[in-house]
Amino acid sequence: MLYKKTLYDLMELVKNREATQREVYDSVLERIHRKEDEINAYVTVFERYDENKNGGIFEGLPVAIKDNMHINGKPTTCSSKILSNFTAVFDATVVKKLRENGATFIGKTNLDEFAMGSSTETSFYGVTKNPWDITRVPGGSSGGSAAAVASGEAIAALGSDTGGSIRQPASLCGVVGLKPTYGRVSRYGLVAFASSLDQIGPITRDVKDAAILMSTICGHDFMDSTSANVSCEDFTKYLNQSVNGMRIGIYEAALKDCDNDVQKAMDESVKILESLGCEVKPIELLHARYAVSDYYIIAPAEASSNLERYDGAKYGFRADEYEDLKDMYIKTRSEGFGDEVKRRIMLGTYVLSSGYYDAYYLKAQKLRSLIKQDFDSVFRDFDCIIMPTTPTEAFKIGEKADNPLQMYLSDIFTIPANLTGIPAISIPNGLSVNGLPLGLQIMADAFREDIIFKVASAFETEFNLKGKLPLD
Amino acid sequence: MVDKEEVKRIAKLAMLELEENQIDKFASQFNEILNYMKQINELDLSDCEAAFHITELQNVFREDEVKPSMNRDLILKNAPETDGESFKVPKVIER
Repeated sequence: MLYKKTLYDLMELVKNREATQREVYDSVLERIHRKEDEINAYVTVFERYDENKNGGIFEGLPVAIKDNMHINGKPTTCSSKILSNFTAVFDATVVKKLRENGATFIGKTNLDEFAMGSSTETSFYGVTKNPWDITRVPGGSSGGSAAAVASGEAIAALGSDTGGSIRQPASLCGVVGLKPTYGRVSRYGLVAFASSLDQIGPITRDVKDAAILMSTICGHDFMDSTSANVSCEDFTKYLNQSVNGMRIGIYEAALKDCDNDVQKAMDESVKILESLGCEVKPIELLHARYAVSDYYIIAPAEASSNLERYDGAKYGFRADEYEDLKDMYIKTRSEGFGDEVKRRIMLGTYVLSSGYYDAYYLKAQKLRSLIKQDFDSVFRDFDCIIMPTTPTEAFKIGEKADNPLQMYLSDIFTIPANLTGIPAISIPNGLSVNGLPLGLQIMADAFREDIIFKVASAFETEFNLKGKLPLD
Repeated sequence: MVDKEEVKRIAKLAMLELEENQIDKFASQFNEILNYMKQINELDLSDCEAAFHITELQNVFREDEVKPSMNRDLILKNAPETDGESFKVPKVIER
């Protein structure tokens, strides 16, 4: 039952020679074989164990990687038909760093096509199921990573987060998901979706594992020109610290849009934080309610530009029949992309097109600076902000699949951290009446992951889902 | 209001081709989404500066050094069609 253990516990076991890295890999692989037909967390599983002889803190333990980051020599599909035959020719910087620190890789996890979605339903490789209730979505777009970690099909995983794609699935699957500060983790080797918003981060079963992964993957990288020149830290030093006197702002306006269960879990969370000595006070974020509109102008605009590269000329799928070069582009893209990707490319093309640029795109960028100012002013008086990660528990598969706007609104609380570039974590803070996990989101100012780890770690000692995760 | 013609115009700009039933569906979905986005018109943004990037990004300069690039053979393996040295596409220039 090695697959049930946390990364940290396994590191200790292997280091003390109570288990071998091979035994851990085989245990996870066996778990995958038992659950994968039901969950569909992976696009590709690495059946063959590739020993990592580098040594290092990961002790050869396996990490799962979202299938929009490159592992040299392995497929990167982005869960899209258009990359269904693509093999990566280099390691993403995060993969390289993990490798250098002794990690191995167990597989590539499923996602919404090109990370565009909140349910993992838009994947070309089929929907991933929520391991807590397989009639429900795991969230998205990193739904495969979150479902794998929650079900024991992975010990720990990496996801990417453009509008909530790490935190929302982590919340809906009862695990921990961190979106670091924009620029804190190199995106070299992450397939671009919306470049001013994308960030890579860990999905794990507890806060300590998140801190270990984060300490490994962060840091400046010359290969990513948006990478921040801020040195890496050992984030585990912020665990199990006192949070007495911490000033926490709660965004209460969020709660009126939430299910009763979510509100109750937030009430309990406030009590826990107060019992730890934190001062919790309501705050205003005047423009946060415009975040979804802002995001669905900016992100599709950037996506429409980033996804121009899929033309059937250089790599990936090419349509079988076409008349000339232009027709090859059109047929390749029309057959290669799914509906949601087409919708976003077109939405982006529309808001950038002549006559609409000022009405949408320019306004959205102005609004983005207002949202940023709201957060800046709160962080002058508060150490961090809390709000629910999602307004509801995990929804049913198919429930929002035909209603893009409803799907977009499920990211209403996670989007502001991407628009403002700040770090935010989701940790479990309760169960709904249906027995499904709910998440607490903790946000801090840019590059203040230290505060997030302090508060999340303290909260976790008072509430966690240990023993309740669907690992049996 | 986005009508069917507008959806076709956008699709053409984005190098996409939609089925007839998709055009109707996309038109109604775009209208629903754009209608929701009208909320931002409540705001007076005339005095605001646009935030084209949100963290203080700086220009990155470096020496222009010659370094080995990626392996051509590996890259060409991912290409739909090659002549062994280059990507191959349908003829572009008319005689």
